[in-house]
Amino acid sequence: MKINSPLDAYKYLPGTNCGRCGEDTCMAFASHLIDRSKSAEDCLPMVEEDKYAKKLEELEKLLAPEIREVTIGTGEKSVSIGGDDVLFRHKLTFFNKTAYAYDVTDTMDEKELEERINTIQTFKKFYVGEFLTLDMVAVRCVSGKPETFASTVKKVIGLTELPLVLCSFDPAVLKAALEVAADKKPLMYAANQENWKEVAGLAKEYEVPVTLFAPNDLDLLKSMAKTFAEMGIEDLVLDPGTFPTGKELKTTFENFLKIRRAGIDGDGEVAYPIMAVPLTAWMAYDDDVSASYWETVVASVLTVKYGDIMIMHSIEPYALLPEMHLRDTIYTDPRKPVTVDPGVWEVGSPTADSPIIVTTNFALTYYTVESDISSNKIDCYIVVADTEGIGVEAAVAGGQLTADKIKKTLENAKFDLKEKTNYNTVILPGLSARLQGDVEDKVGSRVLIGPADSGRLPGWLEKNWPPQNK
Amino acid sequence: MSDKLKLSDLNSILKDLDVESLEGVTIEGDIELDIQGGGGMNPAMAYALGHEAAQISLHVANIARMLGYPVDQLFAQCLGAGGETAALQAEPAIEELMQTKFDVARSSEWNTPIQEVTLGATSADGGSRGHTITLGGEKAMPFYFDAEMPNRNYVTMDVFDMPISMAKSVKSNYEDVMGDPAEWAKKVVNEYNADMVTIHLISTDPLINDTPAKEAAKVVEDVLQAVDVPIVIGGSGNPQKDPEVLEKAAEVAEGERALLASASLNLDYERVAKAATDYGHAVLSWTQLEINAQKELNRKLMKQCNVPRDSIVMDPTTAALGYGLDYAYSNMERIRLSALMGDDELNFPMSSGTTNAWGARESWMKESPLKEDSDWGPREYRGPIWEIVTGLSLALAGNDMFMMMHPTSVQVLKEITQTLYGNIEAKTPDITNWITAEV
Repeated sequence: MKINSPLDAYKYLPGTNCGRCGEDTCMAFASHLIDRSKSAEDCLPMVEEDKYAKKLEELEKLLAPEIREVTIGTGEKSVSIGGDDVLFRHKLTFFNKTAYAYDVTDTMDEKELEERINTIQTFKKFYVGEFLTLDMVAVRCVSGKPETFASTVKKVIGLTELPLVLCSFDPAVLKAALEVAADKKPLMYAANQENWKEVAGLAKEYEVPVTLFAPNDLDLLKSMAKTFAEMGIEDLVLDPGTFPTGKELKTTFENFLKIRRAGIDGDGEVAYPIMAVPLTAWMAYDDDVSASYWETVVASVLTVKYGDIMIMHSIEPYALLPEMHLRDTIYTDPRKPVTVDPGVWEVGSPTADSPIIVTTNFALTYYTVESDISSNKIDCYIVVADTEGIGVEAAVAGGQLTADKIKKTLENAKFDLKEKTNYNTVILPGLSARLQGDVEDKVGSRVLIGPADSGRLPGWLEKNWPPQNK
Repeated sequence: MSDKLKLSDLNSILKDLDVESLEGVTIEGDIELDIQGGGGMNPAMAYALGHEAAQISLHVANIARMLGYPVDQLFAQCLGAGGETAALQAEPAIEELMQTKFDVARSSEWNTPIQEVTLGATSADGGSRGHTITLGGEKAMPFYFDAEMPNRNYVTMDVFDMPISMAKSVKSNYEDVMGDPAEWAKKVVNEYNADMVTIHLISTDPLINDTPAKEAAKVVEDVLQAVDVPIVIGGSGNPQKDPEVLEKAAEVAEGERALLASASLNLDYERVAKAATDYGHAVLSWTQLEINAQKELNRKLMKQCNVPRDSIVMDPTTAALGYGLDYAYSNMERIRLSALMGDDELNFPMSSGTTNAWGARESWMKESPLKEDSDWGPREYRGPIWEIVTGLSLALAGNDMFMMMHPTSVQVLKEITQTLYGNIEAKTPDITNWITAEV
């Protein structure tokens, strides 16, 4: 992005405040252009009227991210990678989460292939109101045979809508696969020093994005990128090689830093998404647990520092869960509020006999409690105190969660415990046990101390709710 | 007009004419503009001539274009505008890679090294530690190519002065030493390769055992006897009791240059700071995920309590992976970047309570409480990796010292941070044909 203030973007807009973009003013629209929640094409007058055509084109150029955005796959499951403008996420945010592809090979038998793909496409983990999932399947040609590979790719397409990476250095193999898969817009992997001419031909012919592979040779990588761009192939992904161990891993890390810094600093010839292949950890370790662990570690380093897409092997939950959470951590928008509105919220259809559970307005805490309860089909009220988005333990220590806050939340919601419930009892989180006396005094209710983790609420409620005497 | 045109001819032709366009001109033969050593030619005249000549050639070019000659290509070649030429050609048949060199600038913004802080004192410095540990000294973001990183990351392992509840997969490593902090300390150093030991005096909490400060200090002496690595001394986290506990502990550890954990804004940090300066220790400046609070506390420690710069380590708080690590990560990254750019209130090494990762349910819970979640797999493997990934991401944000618990986590975190530091020799596989690797 060559401009970074709404004022700069505003200069290109009609300035009529027509409101057709959904914003009241062109200035408001301009600020959404900068934070990328709107795009220039959302300004309908600019799209419709010829007199704005030139300005629209200029504006789009100025708003284009420094790192090219490349889309792989088609339809709802397609993924976009790249598109970044900054080196440190707190400055703007990182866009387009790292895409995680897990491998299958063309030497797997039908059953193995089916099971593995099923795991990849159905694995999910609830987190802050939604599910974390995996993105892609990388098909490796191990057989070396074009027909075998093509038939595997065909099978994979029949099994999943996830976008694919087609992996081989043999142009004949790639061509055979593209014959059956090109309309799914897979990512081709890869052009290297030997095959680049043929692979470039395939990229042109089938119009698919392509990875350039130059292990630890940034000059060669850049030369290939420049050559491909010159030929009009610009949906490129750069793979500088992922060496899994030793000093070469340090160099790999540095290569990622160098490519991204050069790209953000304006070297357009390398301003493309970067690919990592943590799967190489399996070439360095024999036992599955060590390999999985090291693969996760390498993936973590390169998720934090600039890997836009990666190919991995382990589908063990102990590897997948931290990988998914870390990438969410790094790609979460630091400007997005992570609180929920304070108040008294209903889960299910609570009655006067239902439990009343106190928690904080930190989105993570709220959604954790809410999902633990609702997935167990428990009807209840959740009292969400305004702790300024801080979790229970820290809010108790820091004074954001107090008896007064809980009292105020109930009052603001006009929720009279004596009137609306039969037990006049609230349940405090286990980590806020020390507030018990205070809450009893100030809220005038009975207080039960719940478990430290809301995951244990269902079992706890079975034993402790309803309370013994009214 | 078959004769050569000379400058003087042109001059005389055009001199009296107001030429706007030439129509119906035919050109035969070569056009040769012969500009000879223009001795004495008036620059204004030369400019005018140049202008007119250019006008003429434009018209000539237009004529040539009408006749079907590829004029633009000719111009582009002459003027070196390759792109124009390429666009006009049908398809570029590129036979050779276009050679180019990759180059990237080193950062020019990072001009202030992080303060070095040394922990532990050997007999040469009046202590009894076998070695010292120096944190800080970085001149760039961790493991970056902009500058050498003088000191690697260090791990200090947690030891408690009483048995505590902890995740099963952590506990199983310590069951034999839980009742004996000195043996516990020996175990983490000798068996688990801890660089340092943190002794947490949690039994001093009035709500737990309310162990008197004097009694707790004896545990510190025991640990100092048991191991010769530098130590960190932690209280119970009770803001009323901690200053007194840390004072007593600092006294018995005099000369050992321990790290007192912690000074914070919600307790009497002056007492903790004074204990550190009186007995020659360093102090851990702990705040909660807030960069301005961290600046304020560091400023108070330096200006109000006269703690020397080489005796401050920061703990800006670690939130576990999936439980606020995004804040912890950005907070540390911002602190480190500001420090490298010269903010002298943030220019200190950082420590992380990486153990907090064990607070995440994913690290210890047997299975997901949510029916919709996929199977989480065995927690014995999930827990350690949760602690590793939490610590590792903070290592990349600028963290220097890790407080950790699980032996596997310690081993893997050390392996990866020291690899990035350039300290690990290992034979790496040939990855040129990774696609066909049997894994």
